[in-house]
Amino acid sequence: MQEFLQQLVNGITWGSVYALIALGYTMVYGILRLINFAHGDVFMLGAFIAYYAAGWFGVQAHPSAWGALLVLATAMTGAGVAGFIIERFAYRPVRKSSRLTALITAIGVSLLLENGGLLVFGTDPRFFPQVAKVEKIHLGLGVTVTNIQLIILAVSILLMLALRWIVMSTKVGKAMRAVSWNRDAATLMGIDTDRIISFTFVLGAVLAAAAGVLVGLMNPKIDPLMGIMPGLKAFVAAVVGGIGNIPGAVLGGLIMGVSEVLVVGYVSSTYRDAIAFVLLIVILLFRPSGLLGKHQAEKV
Amino acid sequence: MRPTTRLAVPAAVLLAVLAVAGCGPKKEASIKVGIYGSMTGTTATFGKSTLNGAQLAFDELNEAGGIGGKKIEYVSEDDQSKAEEAATAVQKLINQDHVIALIGEVASSRSLAAAPIAQSNGVPMISPSSTNPEVTKKGDYIFRACFLDEFQGRVMARFAADSLKYRRVAILKDIKNDYSVGLAQFFSEEYKARGGSIVGEQAYNEGDSDFRSQLTALKANNPEAIFVPGYYTEVGSIARQARELGITAPLLGGDGWVSDQLLKIGGEALNGSYYSNHFALDQPSAPLQKFFTDYKTKFGSNPDAIAGLAYDAANLVVDALKRMQASDPASFAALGSDKEGDAAGAKAARAKLRELINGVQAFPGITGVITFDENRNPVKPAVVIKVENGVEKFAASIAP
Repeated sequence: MQEFLQQLVNGITWGSVYALIALGYTMVYGILRLINFAHGDVFMLGAFIAYYAAGWFGVQAHPSAWGALLVLATAMTGAGVAGFIIERFAYRPVRKSSRLTALITAIGVSLLLENGGLLVFGTDPRFFPQVAKVEKIHLGLGVTVTNIQLIILAVSILLMLALRWIVMSTKVGKAMRAVSWNRDAATLMGIDTDRIISFTFVLGAVLAAAAGVLVGLMNPKIDPLMGIMPGLKAFVAAVVGGIGNIPGAVLGGLIMGVSEVLVVGYVSSTYRDAIAFVLLIVILLFRPSGLLGKHQAEKV
Repeated sequence: MRPTTRLAVPAAVLLAVLAVAGCGPKKEASIKVGIYGSMTGTTATFGKSTLNGAQLAFDELNEAGGIGGKKIEYVSEDDQSKAEEAATAVQKLINQDHVIALIGEVASSRSLAAAPIAQSNGVPMISPSSTNPEVTKKGDYIFRACFLDEFQGRVMARFAADSLKYRRVAILKDIKNDYSVGLAQFFSEEYKARGGSIVGEQAYNEGDSDFRSQLTALKANNPEAIFVPGYYTEVGSIARQARELGITAPLLGGDGWVSDQLLKIGGEALNGSYYSNHFALDQPSAPLQKFFTDYKTKFGSNPDAIAGLAYDAANLVVDALKRMQASDPASFAALGSDKEGDAAGAKAARAKLRELINGVQAFPGITGVITFDENRNPVKPAVVIKVENGVEKFAASIAP
């Protein structure tokens, strides 16, 4: 029982990271019907920006809560800028082309970021500075959680609530929903769709960067290829939850994290990566549009 | 245009080499030994350490006057961390430089690519640190200066069972890495034979960063120690995460842990852990300490195990050459005579050299006293290092 609860705690923390990344996939898909394969690499970029920021601001030498927040904010801003640039110069020029062109462009951007990362940051893994001191907290029943895990959970929940507020209760959020519903009609209503799409990309990149920093804190080893697997799994999480659906992405992320941890703990670590895709197949067999996705009848 | 230049450059180089070789002095005043390794590429530090270690050994000999008035000239070739380049490098050292022996490689895959060439040309080759058993099975001209994975796994099992008196050990291995799986297997065999029990076995994949679920599963079995025969990048994270989960059992490991990064990643979490290595920086051994001082003076940094093993490999060649000069001066003079066209004589001399290397008895290397077994693997002790308050300390030397 104790072991199971501990695994659950591990799984939920890991799942909330997937959820943060999955949100970016799902938002971009909701608006553009584009699977942004470079999203996992923006997550990596966030971790590396934080790595350098911690060095510049001296947070590495003198860890403090404000320092950690500063590092997080810098990483989020930097990745946001990167998200803007990627959208403006890679995706916008091909937006009028077929969806396949955009997909291939996304794969290209992903490869560019990964290999560019290898070139700039080097192939050796880096050790993410401990901007916050790790402390164990006993939850009773022999289950322990670290303050980092709690921070991850808290930051994830806060960011998800913030996102929900932006999408549901602000003007720009309303515009996002309108563009997602029907881009042409939104344009006719006077919505600057280009700006809204840029904004969506920036928002997604910011969340991915936050996830990158949190993962760096939890598992202090970062390398330029660290975004591939989490990116892929977060994508699966988004699809499992129903791509284009924000609460679905969160649910998908949590399911993914928990099931992965349970498989490693009780079956075999070899199946760690397989479980994500088995889940995907099973869920899509029964619910083709994902757990929370709405089934849309094709008009003939 | 391009194809012609591509051919023209090597052709010109070849002509130049032939011209130089043709005009060279008839009597060779030096003996050439080839060192090949990854001086550039993904494992550049391996090649540089090998070269430094071997260079130190040869320079010491040359400063002391050489062997019978002859000095050793070392020729180094870069294989760019690629197996196919290792084969080319060795071909070049043998056919163009007419080396009498070869030192290299570190990576087993590259030693395996080069060994058949050394064997078919009858040139003795000593790999300083390739641990794959297949390497020396390529032929009787192939030797190595390091112990094998099997021995390392058994050493840690003996240490855990006999010295630390642990009865319950769990294993966490890298399932996709032959080195890690092999070490885990030999550890497990030996540990059980000594009455201990393996209370849980879990695996991860190289590149993973989250080990919490495996560790949580192991924690439930309450082990006294966890054997983690992986590489330093993962070991550090594993140690941290184990402590976060409240596991206080120390970690045990092999030479995959060796890196100046190990303690940076693992920090306090590694205190009390043990791993096996080829030597320890604070090991109480006079020749080893002298090597450390000399190395630091010459290259400005502490040597790693690869450098130490290369130093021993080079000295094994030197030792055999010295005995050859004393016992068989005619063969000694014939070494390298293929340069003047006496290929058969040179080959016979190298065969003598091979025998002398093979017959070495209790050679006092800095990484231990070396004698070769029937597969040309050294029989020598391993060192166990303990991490204490963030410092690596010599804990024990375990003989085979």
